[in-house]
Amino acid sequence: MAFARVHLDESKCVTSGQCVLTAPEVFDQRETDGVGVVLTDSPAPELRDKVQEAAAGCPAAAIRLLHQPPGQVAGG
Amino acid sequence: MSQLSSELPAFPMPKAKGCPLDPPPEYAQLRSDRPVAKARLWDGKEVWLITGYEEIRSIFTDPRISVDNTQPGYPWLSEQARTVVLTGGVKPVGRMDPPEHTAMRRMLGQGFLVKKIQNMRGDVEALVNELIDDILAGPRPTDLVPTLAMPVPSTALGWVLGVPPADKRLISLVPRLFDEDSGLEGAMEARAELFAYIDELITHRENEPGDDIISHLVGYYKKGELSRVSVLTQSVTLIAAALDTTRSMITNGILALLQHPEQAAALIEDPELVPAAVEELLRYTVVTEFSSKRVAAADIEIAGETIKAGDGIICLISAGNRDEKVFTDPDTLDVRRDAKQHLGFGAGIHTCIGKQLARMELEVVYGTLFRRIPELRLAVPFDQLVFRNTFDVQGVRELPVTW
Repeated sequence: MAFARVHLDESKCVTSGQCVLTAPEVFDQRETDGVGVVLTDSPAPELRDKVQEAAAGCPAAAIRLLHQPPGQVAGG
Repeated sequence: MSQLSSELPAFPMPKAKGCPLDPPPEYAQLRSDRPVAKARLWDGKEVWLITGYEEIRSIFTDPRISVDNTQPGYPWLSEQARTVVLTGGVKPVGRMDPPEHTAMRRMLGQGFLVKKIQNMRGDVEALVNELIDDILAGPRPTDLVPTLAMPVPSTALGWVLGVPPADKRLISLVPRLFDEDSGLEGAMEARAELFAYIDELITHRENEPGDDIISHLVGYYKKGELSRVSVLTQSVTLIAAALDTTRSMITNGILALLQHPEQAAALIEDPELVPAAVEELLRYTVVTEFSSKRVAAADIEIAGETIKAGDGIICLISAGNRDEKVFTDPDTLDVRRDAKQHLGFGAGIHTCIGKQLARMELEVVYGTLFRRIPELRLAVPFDQLVFRNTFDVQGVRELPVTW
């Protein structure tokens, strides 16, 4: 079962590509403008650390992890 | 406790004699005593200096902080910089606040797609190998600035921006913009020549579009989403930001490795250390605090101080990069440390747009140079190296080496 739902707020994205570098299994960039896209919004549990790192490392704080288990802070 | 304004230190502060790669020694004292402190600029204005790592991050990510350099409180470091930058009246991307900034970043985003940069790596490797072939076949000693440090970023920039590779005019024009030695007149001449040259390129791309940033910007112009003068301004900004900084980072990084031969040896022995070494060199060497100036758009409480709306701010990223609260033994160069969280590319929404390209170029240059010429050494004593006289981009003018 997936650990969280991944949400990327396009209106905040500054196209740095940080998420793609950190977790290419989960994120990509739209070819027309570089805005981040979520490939799978329910990533496999083994990708948890990478996705959390991508959320924490997003320079625009555009990535949020929703519906996490209690005790977790969304977005790292 | 507030500072008495008569006692405010002057900024910029001088570097210690013999330590051109290190931040000025006053930064460490400020960081420990008062990580958010006032100083006085050349024009008599007060400015907040931010020297703590967490405080810098906080400023860079605070939506109440503006990058707008047309605000009266914006901290200029010279009349030359103010005149060169403000002439023309169109803001470059790095001086826009959201939502204007966000829209501009995505007009530029297509040129810096991670996949696109990753696909360029083989070409950059081939370029660097050719340049090193020429260095090895040429005379000793040689200056690594024209033979390696300039051609790599200018050629790579040519690929993404649509500028002819290794254009000699750009190479000579860009440093003159911000070098205090060129004086205001020289800087304005260089600015006019650069704009005229890029204007020609834009005209060319209007007729013959390619898959490059200038062509993409021209596309937005043709759709009425961007003015032609903004196409020009954004293109020139990317050139200024990409060439001068990367060239200086290449030379400063090589110099730091030559000054710490045990670190260079570690890279030669284990090439897998190269990506970590790039991050560490970005942390350790001072190359640019180019875009670290801000203006408060509201009153902000930080580190026990109140920055008032309208106050100028300079985030000293070279001070943050030496913060012992974040980096153990921060004044030691250690290519094995995890330095990824350094502030060399800034932080927050204005994080360097070309950082993935710069990282890749640096990885290829450092890795290939020390692998192919492990006996590389300075051809002159360290204290004879001449550094550029500018706060914005700090680097050696010439890097004479032999092997």
